[in-house]
Amino acid sequence: MTAVQDAPAAPQKEIGRDRRRKEDQRLITGRTRWTDNITLPGMLHLAMVRSPHAHARIVSIDTAEAKTSTNVVDVLTGADLGEGQGVNINAWPITPDQVTPTHVPMPSDRVACAGEIVACVVARSAAEARDAAELVDVEWEVLPAVLDLKKAAADEVLAHPDLGTNKSAYWKFDSEEAGTGGNVDEAIAKARTDGIVIEREYRQQRLIPAFMEPRSVVVDPTGEQITMWSATQIPHILRFALAATTGVPESKIRVIAPDVGGGFGGKLQTTPEEFIAWAVARRLGKPIKYTETRSESLVSGHHGRDQWQRLTLAAEKDGTVTGLKVDLLADLGAYVAIVGGGVPVLGAFMFNSIYKFPAYQFGVQTVLTNSTWTDAYRGAGRPEATYAIERLMDELAVEVGVDPIAIREKNWINADEFPFTTVAGMEYDSGDYAAATARAKEMLGYDELRAEQKRRRESNDPVQLGIGVSTFTEMCGLAPSRVLGSLDYGAGGWEHASVRMLATGKVEIVTGASAHGQGHETAFSQIVADRLGVAFEDVEVLHGDTQISHKGLDTYGSRSLVVGGEALVKATDKVIERAKPIAAHMLEASADDIEFSGGRFSVRGTDQGVAIAEVAMAAFAAHDLPDGVEPSIDSEATYDPVNFNFPHGTHLCAVEVDTETGGVKMRKYACCDDIGNIINPLIVSGQVHGGLVQGIAQALWEEALFDESGTLVTGSFVDYLLPTSADTISFDIDHTTSPSLTNTLGTKGVGEAGTIASTPAVVNAVVDAIRHFGVNDVRMPCTPERVWKAIHANDGGDPTERAAMPHFGDEDVAGNQETPGASSTEGAGA
Amino acid sequence: MTRIHLTVDGASVADDVEPRMLLVQYLREKLGKTGTVIGCDTSNCGACTVHLDGRSVKSCNVLAVQADGAEVTTIEGLSKNGSLHQVQESFRECHGLQCGFCTPGMIMQSVDLLNENPNPSEEEIRLGLEGNLCRCTGYHNIVKAVQHAAAQGSSTVGQGAQA
Repeated sequence: MTAVQDAPAAPQKEIGRDRRRKEDQRLITGRTRWTDNITLPGMLHLAMVRSPHAHARIVSIDTAEAKTSTNVVDVLTGADLGEGQGVNINAWPITPDQVTPTHVPMPSDRVACAGEIVACVVARSAAEARDAAELVDVEWEVLPAVLDLKKAAADEVLAHPDLGTNKSAYWKFDSEEAGTGGNVDEAIAKARTDGIVIEREYRQQRLIPAFMEPRSVVVDPTGEQITMWSATQIPHILRFALAATTGVPESKIRVIAPDVGGGFGGKLQTTPEEFIAWAVARRLGKPIKYTETRSESLVSGHHGRDQWQRLTLAAEKDGTVTGLKVDLLADLGAYVAIVGGGVPVLGAFMFNSIYKFPAYQFGVQTVLTNSTWTDAYRGAGRPEATYAIERLMDELAVEVGVDPIAIREKNWINADEFPFTTVAGMEYDSGDYAAATARAKEMLGYDELRAEQKRRRESNDPVQLGIGVSTFTEMCGLAPSRVLGSLDYGAGGWEHASVRMLATGKVEIVTGASAHGQGHETAFSQIVADRLGVAFEDVEVLHGDTQISHKGLDTYGSRSLVVGGEALVKATDKVIERAKPIAAHMLEASADDIEFSGGRFSVRGTDQGVAIAEVAMAAFAAHDLPDGVEPSIDSEATYDPVNFNFPHGTHLCAVEVDTETGGVKMRKYACCDDIGNIINPLIVSGQVHGGLVQGIAQALWEEALFDESGTLVTGSFVDYLLPTSADTISFDIDHTTSPSLTNTLGTKGVGEAGTIASTPAVVNAVVDAIRHFGVNDVRMPCTPERVWKAIHANDGGDPTERAAMPHFGDEDVAGNQETPGASSTEGAGA
Repeated sequence: MTRIHLTVDGASVADDVEPRMLLVQYLREKLGKTGTVIGCDTSNCGACTVHLDGRSVKSCNVLAVQADGAEVTTIEGLSKNGSLHQVQESFRECHGLQCGFCTPGMIMQSVDLLNENPNPSEEEIRLGLEGNLCRCTGYHNIVKAVQHAAAQGSSTVGQGAQA
């Protein structure tokens, strides 16, 4: 063994490099392992029979004809599967008395939303299963359904009659009660006498995550462990839920998330489809596959957002904010999903955002309806909060008569005030809102565009320019377990990592995070390469299989790097500590004199050293180890974050609005995000770009709509308007860097930032472009029809009725374009 | 059942297929060409894009029997002799993919676009990829990847597009 070597030149630091992704080779050549690609000997295929009704009693199900169809093996109903099918659980009852309907994967008596599964066909091919599913004859007794959120809150028609109410839970935070601030009602009352009160009601429309890979599940019951492959973000949580509700010991369950084609929160769920495939495979003893069609995905995969927000902001006449009161109605859909009512609660701490509100109150009423269940969608609670406050700050700027950036500057936390404890009780560790704003203004050409806007306005140009501002922050890195416990969440928020030092010098790392497009294999390799001084190429990242990654809490809430990455740091640190006595022994020195740098252990003050790979080999051989030292330097760590972290940024958007058509065209979008230290700028840019388009899409295009009978009319990609390359533009993005003080790497989450920030920036720009027509709101999505109607709402003209699809007709507009119920402004300038 | 003979990624294949079988189902289920994927059921997403006699088609929108006698190239047949097609290289270089599910279709469509127009403007790229949906990238880096491939002379390197 060569214990003495010349120290090699220090390798280039991996952290901060724009490494091309390790994941890409297989993805660009089609050598992928999507769940639907899996084929097992004797595998059977499932097709689902779904309810066309939003609310109906199942009178009878006739499966006789389907059972005799070609190559059909069995047709099963909820009564056949019974209790063994388990339950789709809610992990976060937000109050102790939350009303939570039991969510049986395949009910046998009653369905509470369209798309619910009432029978399934098992056949030798997917096509034959689908053919036979058409032959299942279900007799329905249609029940009254409630679809509108506000009507549901009135409890006139019940989504679940036996529960006696649609109101699931009311959750409240009050800064006076919490001791984090003053009394908000007093602040508002004072502002009514000598300040400014802005009251608005905003709608967060229903959205569909619309990951590109339809969900798919394969269950193989033939081994000692039953194996489930699923297109899921949460293999570990899925395994727990299967064990907890189907009676199979957790140790007998293996869940694998192979290549997963996007999630955005939409695959943060344990689904009826997974549980039914599980039950059928166990019953028949054969491998089962189910892959949904896109139409099934859109109606049965959980939806996101869907809130009404009643907002009251109080300020002094000069624009200094004094209070904020938030009153939400949130649509849960037919069942309380795994996070469920927790989604709006995740926004509860963020409405105050970067501003120094002295008083704050948040309340949310979650409500059951006969619609598709809702849950996390990229941002989960924080986009709703950011939208509300950033729209309000623009309204406040108008009232005070100052630039929207000036009103923010007046109220935001200054860089020298960190760490800052907010009125919602969060401790923001670091940030510099002024620096990010200055950079974003420069990138957009803010002053020049303001001048152009003025010219166009003065010349009465039919195409008006609007500039939107969003200075957002968010909380991510879910989450300190103690905080989750205090909020009655059903699990912790830690993450696990292990590092295996192989005899050949290669390194395997195992993470409990479960990537589905984020690039963990690349970014985590960079971290480990730097920490252990090994080559980037020599690191292999293993994840998404509970047999390999036995512990984990998966990927959502921008947590993988800031929680999972920190677990990895701690595991690598332990590797080094374990290796030290062996290295000392090899170098015939005292362990106290050993230092580690650049992948080498050396004796302090000498040129003697050994590479970490040599130590790994020595541990493997175990021929000559110090007494009492185990023959391994492998290590693991489970890390529980001490705090959330708080990325922030300034997003600026310029749009052109054709006042003759209502068409909105994005002219330029510039943003400067502060996400702390960056591991891989290339991956970060991709996260920002993709996040931006999802947020912009909420502002301009996407909305899930049901008709009055509960049919999802946006039930295919023909009707649910995902943006294309032709709808979007290229973006100008940059970063300022305020390292996080609560993790070793100084990183902050970036997965959701673009989505959270961009929606209000775009709507603010649209409203800014047409405010001189007396417009102070356009409901999302800001379609040409809505924009045109807003422009003409006050001119007495005769609007073109029912110009587009009848689904977007009068009722929809009435809830919106007309002055929203609680829109008023009092005080200066009103 | 109808007998079809065709060439897929350079290999001659023949099968009896149901007349209703889609080309994408044939590729995936009969040939195991799982690199080509299905993202929707309305021909909107383009994830299943392949080349049929050198032009891009959405293989969910073509019956297998219509491909009788044709030459089909999928994402799995794009690289030649172990070297990636320039468009594949450019997608990696420019981070034009994240989850990778739309990528096979997006790459096949980009190859076709560059075969037709070796030096497209940004607008021409955006219009040319309009039939392919991506939920991860916001298209920004996909556009850059196509520009990068064009700058590298993709149309002359792009033999895979014809094969």
